[in-house]
Amino acid sequence: MTAVAAPPRAAGRNGTSALTGTTELTRLALRRDRYFLPAWLYVLTAAIASTAYSFRGLYPTAASRAELAASLRGNPSLTALAGPVYGDSIGALTMWKVGLTVAVGAALMGIFTVIRHTRADEEAGRLELVGSTVLGRQAALAASLVVAFGMCLVLALLIAAASILLGLPAGGALAMGAAIGLAGWVFAAVAAVSAQLTGSARGARGVAGGALALAYLVRTVGDSGSGLSWLSWASPLGWAERLRPFAGERWWVAGLSLAVGAVLTGAAGLLSARRDVGAGLLPSRPGRAQAPGWLRSPFALAWQLQRGSLLWWTFGFAVTGAVLGTSAKGIGAALNTQQAREFITRLGGQSVIIDAYFAALILMLGATAAAYGVASALRLRGEETEQRAEILLATPTARISWAASHLLIAVVGTAVLLGAAGLSAGLAYGLRTGDVGTQLPRLLGAALAQVPAAWVIAGVAVALFGLAPRLAVPVGWTALGVVALLTLLGPTLRLPQWVMDISPFTHVPKLPGGAFTVTPLAWLTVVAAVLIAAGLVGFRRRDLG
Amino acid sequence: MTAAIEVTGLRKSFGRTCALDGLDLSVASGEVHGFLGPNGSGKTTTIRVLLGLIRADAGTARLLGGDPWREATTLHRRLAYVPGDVTLWPNLSGGDVIDLLGRLRGGLDQKRKAVLLERFELDPAKKSRAYSKGNRQKVALIAALASGAELLILDEPTSGLDPLMEAVFRECAEEERRAGRTILLSSHILSEVEALCDRVTIIRAGRAVESGALADLRHLTRTSIHAELARPPSGLAGLPGVHDLDIVGHRVHCQVDNTSLDDVLRRLTEAGVRSLVSQPPTLEELFLRHYSDVPGGPAGGAESDGGAEPGGGAQSAGPTEPAGGAGSAGPAESAGRTAP
Repeated sequence: MTAVAAPPRAAGRNGTSALTGTTELTRLALRRDRYFLPAWLYVLTAAIASTAYSFRGLYPTAASRAELAASLRGNPSLTALAGPVYGDSIGALTMWKVGLTVAVGAALMGIFTVIRHTRADEEAGRLELVGSTVLGRQAALAASLVVAFGMCLVLALLIAAASILLGLPAGGALAMGAAIGLAGWVFAAVAAVSAQLTGSARGARGVAGGALALAYLVRTVGDSGSGLSWLSWASPLGWAERLRPFAGERWWVAGLSLAVGAVLTGAAGLLSARRDVGAGLLPSRPGRAQAPGWLRSPFALAWQLQRGSLLWWTFGFAVTGAVLGTSAKGIGAALNTQQAREFITRLGGQSVIIDAYFAALILMLGATAAAYGVASALRLRGEETEQRAEILLATPTARISWAASHLLIAVVGTAVLLGAAGLSAGLAYGLRTGDVGTQLPRLLGAALAQVPAAWVIAGVAVALFGLAPRLAVPVGWTALGVVALLTLLGPTLRLPQWVMDISPFTHVPKLPGGAFTVTPLAWLTVVAAVLIAAGLVGFRRRDLG
Repeated sequence: MTAAIEVTGLRKSFGRTCALDGLDLSVASGEVHGFLGPNGSGKTTTIRVLLGLIRADAGTARLLGGDPWREATTLHRRLAYVPGDVTLWPNLSGGDVIDLLGRLRGGLDQKRKAVLLERFELDPAKKSRAYSKGNRQKVALIAALASGAELLILDEPTSGLDPLMEAVFRECAEEERRAGRTILLSSHILSEVEALCDRVTIIRAGRAVESGALADLRHLTRTSIHAELARPPSGLAGLPGVHDLDIVGHRVHCQVDNTSLDDVLRRLTEAGVRSLVSQPPTLEELFLRHYSDVPGGPAGGAESDGGAEPGGGAQSAGPTEPAGGAGSAGPAESAGRTAP
C-alpha cells in the first residue's frame, strides 16, 4: 500500500520542522560509522596516492611518460576500461589509471551510507523508535545525506592534499578530488531517491547499484573509441573523466554533477514527504495464502529467496555482454593517429586489439561475478544473524543441506552470469561480423574460464562463514576488493609477480586470444572446493548465532 | 513417566560471559513445564542447546531420549519450536512460512491449520514484511501447533499477542496437553504459567534455583493477610511463621507461613474480624522473592512484564476489598509492605 499523504509544511506551531533532529541523527550516524567511513576514506585516498607515487618512480622522465601515454591512447581496451588519456603528466596518468575506479568506490560509499541510514533503518524498525522522539519527517534522509555529502567532501580534500604532498599541481589535485567526490555526491543522491522507491534496503541498494553499473557501462562504450563518445556525457562517471584534472581542467563539468545531485536530492525529499514510514512508492504485491507445492525443501526456500536477485544480475550481465559485443567491431576505428595505427599493427592488427578489449572486459565481468558469488554466499550469514536460520534449523533440516542450498545457487549462479554475458557478447559480436559459429564459442569459453577464479573468492567468504563467522562479511568483501584492485591496477603499477599471484584471476588464461590451458582452471576449482568444504565442515561444528 | 527433557549440570559460556552455570532441568513426558527467569538468565541459551543450535561446554542434555547436538535432525521431526523473537522472510507470506515449516517437519494437518488460522484471526496472504510482531508470533505459533509434534518448545510464545489472542493460545496449549503432548513453556507471564503448567523451573544467572510442582512450590511461600478488627489484636507478634507484621490501629497486615495460618486466624477471630482479605501465594510472589531477595540480585526482580499481570489466583474472603485490586497491587505490596 502506498498511501499518499499531503506533504507536511515546515515549521509547526511548536517550532519543529521536517528537519528537526537532523543534527542528532547525523551524530548518531557518524558514531555508528566510526570504523566504516574512515576505512573507505583511507582505501580510496591510498589508491590515488600509491598510484601517483608509483608513476613517479616508474616513469620519472617526461619522455617516458609521453611514450606510455601514446601507447595507452592506441589501446582501446584500456581506454574502455579506464577512460581516455588526457595528458602525460604524473597527475593525468594517475587520474586515468585509478580515477574512475576510485570514483566508483566513492559512489559505492555514498550509496551504502545513504541506504544504511534511511531504508535499512526503516526496514529494521529502528527508525520508528528514533522517529517517535522529537524528529522531523525528513531528518533521517537529511542526516544520511549530510553524512554522505560530508564524506565526499572530506574524500575530495584528502585526495587533493595527498596529491599536493606528492608534488602534483594544486589545481589538478583539487580537480581530481572534486571529480571523485562529485561522483560520490551524485550516487548518494541517487541512493536517496532509490531509498524512497522500494520497501527493502536490498531493493534500494539494487536500484542504486544498477544505476551505477549502467553509468559504468554507458561510459565504457562511449570511451571504447567506437565513435560513440557522446555516450560518456550521459554518465556521471563520464563527467568525472571529462573534468580533465591535470589536463586543462574544465571546471564547468563539476557544475553538471552538482546540479544533478541537487535535483536528485530535491526529488528524494519530495518523494519522502509523500509516503508513509515503512512503505515504498513501488507497490509490493500481496502474498499467497498457501505456499506453492514446490516450496517444500531448504533448496526451494533458498531459490525463492535468491531467484529475484539472480534474475536481475543475469539480465545485467546479458545486457552488458550484448553492448560489449555490439560495440567491439568498431573499436579503435576512430583512432586515426599515426601512432595508434603503428601500435595496432605492432600488436598484430585489428583482431588482436578486439581480442584484448574482450579479454580486459571479460576479466572485469569475472570480478563482478565474484561479487555476486560473495553476496549470494553471504546470504547464509545474513539469514543467521537475522535469526531466520534458527527457526529453519529447528525443523528436521540438516545444517549442511540448508547451507548447501544457498551455496549451490551462489556457485551455479556465478557460472550462469558469466555464461549469459559470454553468450550475449558472442551472439552480438558474431551477428555484427557475420561469424556467429566462431565468435560464440570463443567468447562464451572466455567468459566461462573466469568462473573458477570467481568461485575461489566466494569460497573465501564461505570458509570464513564456517570458521570465523564474525569476519565473514567484512573480510569476505575485503578479499574481493583486494582482488579487484590487483586486477585493475596491477599491470600498470608493475607489481611483483608474487603480489599479482594472490589474485585468482591472475592464473586464468587470457582469453580470447591467449593460449587456453586447463591446468590452472582445474587448480582454481580444487582450491574453491576445498575452501567451501572447509566452510561447511566448520559450520557443522560451530554454534549458531 | 519418561523424561522428555533431561538436563544436568549444563554449562555454556560466550567469551567471558557465563550464560549457563550448571543448569539442571527435567521435563517429564506429557507435562506442561514452565520455564521462568528474568531477562538474560539463560532461558533462551538452554533452549538453543536443546535444539542443537549451540553446543554446551559441559554437562549433559537429553532430548526425547537422544543427543540434541548429534541427533538434531532426527529429533527435530518430533518437536516444534516457537522462538521468542520471530523474524520471517520479508517477501514470503505468512501462509508460505506456515506451509514451508510444516512440510519441512514432515507434513502439516491442513484442517488443523485452517482452524488455527481462524482462531488466531491471521490473514495468511500478507507478506511477512507487513506483519506486526504479534502477527509474526502467530505465524510461528500456528506452524508449531498444526505440526502435531510430540514436544513443543515455546520461548515466550505470547509476547506481542493481545489479551484475546493470549486466551486463544491458552486454550490451544490446554488442548495440546490433553492430547498428551509435552510443552516446555518459557514465559514471563506468570498468570499464564500458573494457568497452564504442571511444574515449573525457575532459573537465575544460568542455574536452576527452584523446581517442582506448582502446588509444592506454593508451600515455600506465604499467604498475605489484610484484616480489619474490632479490637487491636494481641500476641500476633510473638507467633512463629508471621512476617512483616504491620498493625495500625485496628488494621492488620502480615505475611503468614501456610503452616501457621491456623494459629494466626485464631488470634484474629479473638479480636473480632470485621473484614478479611487473604491472598494465596502467587507465583509472582515466589518469583519476586527469588529475584529481589537473593544478594546481588537485581532489585525488584526487574520483571516488569510479570509485575503488571494480575495474580490469577487471588481469592477474596472479605467484602471490603475487591480481589482484582489486591492482585494488581501485588508486587507493590510484597515489596513495600505498606498498610492499606
